[in-house]
Amino acid sequence: MKWYIIKRLLMLIPVLLGVSILSFSLIHLAPGDPAITIAGEHASIQTINAIREKYGLDKPITTQYWIWLKQVLKGDLGRSIVSNESVTKEIADRFPNTFELTMFSMFFAIIIGCIAGIISASRQYSILDYSFMGLALFGVSMPVFWLGIMLMMIFGVFLKWLPISGRISMMISFQQITGFYLLDSLLTGNFEAFISSLRHLILPSIALATIPMATIARITRSSMLEVLRQDFIRTERAKGLSERMVIYKHAVRNAMIPVVTVIGLNFGLLLSGAILTETVFSWPGIGRYIVNAVNMRDYPAVQGCILFFAFMFVIVNLITDIVYVYIDPRIHYG
Amino acid sequence: MKKKFISVLLLSMLFIFSLVMGSSASGTLVFGNSGDAARLDPADVTDGESISRMDNIFEGLVEYKEGSTEIQPCLATSWETSADGKEITFHLRKGVKFHDGTDFNADAVVFSFARQYDPNHPYHQYGEWSYWGYMFSDIEKVEKIDDYTVKIVLSNVNASIMTSLAMFTVNIVSPANAEKYKEDAFKYPCGTGPFKFVEWVKDDHITLEANENYWRGRPKLDKLIFKVIPDPSARLLALEVGEIHGMEYPNPADFERIKANPDLVLMSEPGMNIGYMAMNTGYGYKDVNKNGIKDPDEPLEKTPGYLEPLTKKEVRQAINMAIDKEAIVRDIYRGTASVAKNGMPPFMLGYNDEIEDYPYDPARAKELLAKAGYPDGFEVTLHVMPVSRPYMFDPPKIGEAIQSYLGAVGIKVKFYQVDWGTYLQETEAGLHQMCLLGWTGDNGDPDNFMNVLYGLNTCSIGTAGNYAFYTNEENQELLTKALRTYDVNQRAEYYKKAQELIHEDAGWVFLAHANQSAVFRSNVKGFVLHPTSRMFFYPTWLE
Repeated sequence: MKWYIIKRLLMLIPVLLGVSILSFSLIHLAPGDPAITIAGEHASIQTINAIREKYGLDKPITTQYWIWLKQVLKGDLGRSIVSNESVTKEIADRFPNTFELTMFSMFFAIIIGCIAGIISASRQYSILDYSFMGLALFGVSMPVFWLGIMLMMIFGVFLKWLPISGRISMMISFQQITGFYLLDSLLTGNFEAFISSLRHLILPSIALATIPMATIARITRSSMLEVLRQDFIRTERAKGLSERMVIYKHAVRNAMIPVVTVIGLNFGLLLSGAILTETVFSWPGIGRYIVNAVNMRDYPAVQGCILFFAFMFVIVNLITDIVYVYIDPRIHYG
Repeated sequence: MKKKFISVLLLSMLFIFSLVMGSSASGTLVFGNSGDAARLDPADVTDGESISRMDNIFEGLVEYKEGSTEIQPCLATSWETSADGKEITFHLRKGVKFHDGTDFNADAVVFSFARQYDPNHPYHQYGEWSYWGYMFSDIEKVEKIDDYTVKIVLSNVNASIMTSLAMFTVNIVSPANAEKYKEDAFKYPCGTGPFKFVEWVKDDHITLEANENYWRGRPKLDKLIFKVIPDPSARLLALEVGEIHGMEYPNPADFERIKANPDLVLMSEPGMNIGYMAMNTGYGYKDVNKNGIKDPDEPLEKTPGYLEPLTKKEVRQAINMAIDKEAIVRDIYRGTASVAKNGMPPFMLGYNDEIEDYPYDPARAKELLAKAGYPDGFEVTLHVMPVSRPYMFDPPKIGEAIQSYLGAVGIKVKFYQVDWGTYLQETEAGLHQMCLLGWTGDNGDPDNFMNVLYGLNTCSIGTAGNYAFYTNEENQELLTKALRTYDVNQRAEYYKKAQELIHEDAGWVFLAHANQSAVFRSNVKGFVLHPTSRMFFYPTWLE
């Protein structure tokens, strides 16, 4: 197990190298010039050239990559061309927001998705099954953008239960320690800030949770159905175990491997930022950041984010693989 | 166990739902912006988002009057110009302090300027200073005379420099603050303005608070928060529920809904821009001396887009009469613009309101075409912008409208579209026969429209700003004279005369001045839209 983890972590090196070369070429191939973006529409050619020179944009692309790589190996992702701030700091400022949103959404998605899937499978072809699966289809096909606005209209405008934009009420000021609002407000004992940031989390989490929730429900259902048809289930029923024992104790655990895979994949995806949800709900997360960076052709910022996403994705996948071992003792890594 | 967990979860959710919205502190105004600021150093930005925050933190030697682009004293109480017009001496306001408690004085002024133009200045390395080269290159140096007097030395007489001094670029920053934070000073802005910087949560909000010691008296608002809400629909929803008190860039499709809501006020004013169609009149020059001026040794030559009919004044006037601008503004700009008759916005110094616009008269247009020798019309290519700009929201639709209007008088218009970068390159090189374009002003001075867009000097093939290649020498003389005198009335006269020439020779079809708009809750009082789209919240209060 230990060697397996080390091996997997070592594999990160070629993955990150590949990803960085690919993203570096793609962003440089795209038309547009960050120097023109910062200099503004009316700037003189001298100013633009001076900016290009300052950020090394006048050098050949291979040289630029080499300079960037050497800097990254020293642990420095560079400075954003647009904001002049260190990219590491920019990511650190926004990632906690995306992480909190992801955790909340996945929490909703897993709980509701799994329960719906299990119930559907154990009562196949019942009204409950049809309605859950119909809802799941609805959930997968619904545009997040539209759903977000609808949630805001219902819970924010008409019912006035929940705030509709931002991370926390503008009227509350509190001290940040880690950047995780919920954690920080608890650490500083600021109950008002805790409640406010929790309330701000609810709508975006629901909007973001719909697609993974629906996928999880469908996978859980089909995986459960497969397990329920197996011989050992028949044996258990024959032994006279209650249906609840059969389903929750034996079937669910056996059906979980594909579900965990889907959860892992979704988790990795959401961690790289939910651009639409973050835009609709004005969530200051990493997804919005990278879209802005791409639009402004902020090369160091784009590179830094992509490298970070690739790293997170690999780690989440590794964790998923480790979880398999705990779910299914038959799985061993040499 | 599981049941218990779920019921605890549900209960806690209920608890959260039952809590009401956070209490709103009175005197706090939250404004919804479409994007975050990039940097908070006034000399180092070109984007409107950064500028709108800093307009409330920093001030310059002079400032715009409320709602106009005329200037008035600010951190300088008075100034005088030397006889040759190349030295302007400013007397500074005494007793003003920066937000960090240090004194505002001549050293701070020299610091704020010199770091931009002097490559050997220790703080020059910390910025790009993009606007300096473009707007302020006529400033040779800024010198301290005594603690409260500074002298700006110009290399050329430049009347527009006074208006340029009201730009954010030359706002005065605290040298002590710059020294304290060095390359990070842009994150901790410190000026003399009505609001002090409190915090900046990236992509979320920037909070400012009242400057208790502001020299004009404390602002009425206690706090001013700029909150980023990128999506215009979400921004309007947030305004409707009262999470924010004002917002920028409302979606024109929402205007009716906003007007129908008694809690909201839609503000709309002409913006500092012009959208036009330029007709290549045929001749430009190559600026071999690279000085941006047409010298005698640089003869006029045919532009690559030369088209015989467009060289005739009658044809260009006919085209002006064949296009129904009112309809374009009403149906394509959807009423978010006003019809233009001159090449600069109506609120500017020297705007000639006596000029009578060409009427929409297809019959007269046909007559003029026949008189010019084209009774059956001709074929022409129109460069259509591939992107929407603040002065032109939907260029392809406007192009189609022009195509059909000109078709009606026998002129066959062919569309030409290419990516934006190439578009600018091709039009600057005069490859077009007709093109759609426009301009957003920088400093509010008429020179920034007239000389840049309509002068002979900017008919340089390859770097043109005058896309009609309108090479009238008399016109350029007027524009140059207007730039070389500080007498405001005299300047206005020159510009008025120049507009008459431009109108008569009809190189352009001036289409529209797009409006700028903002929405506020009805309890927000005192806010005035500024023609430059800058946002000054000092006079604003909440009722």
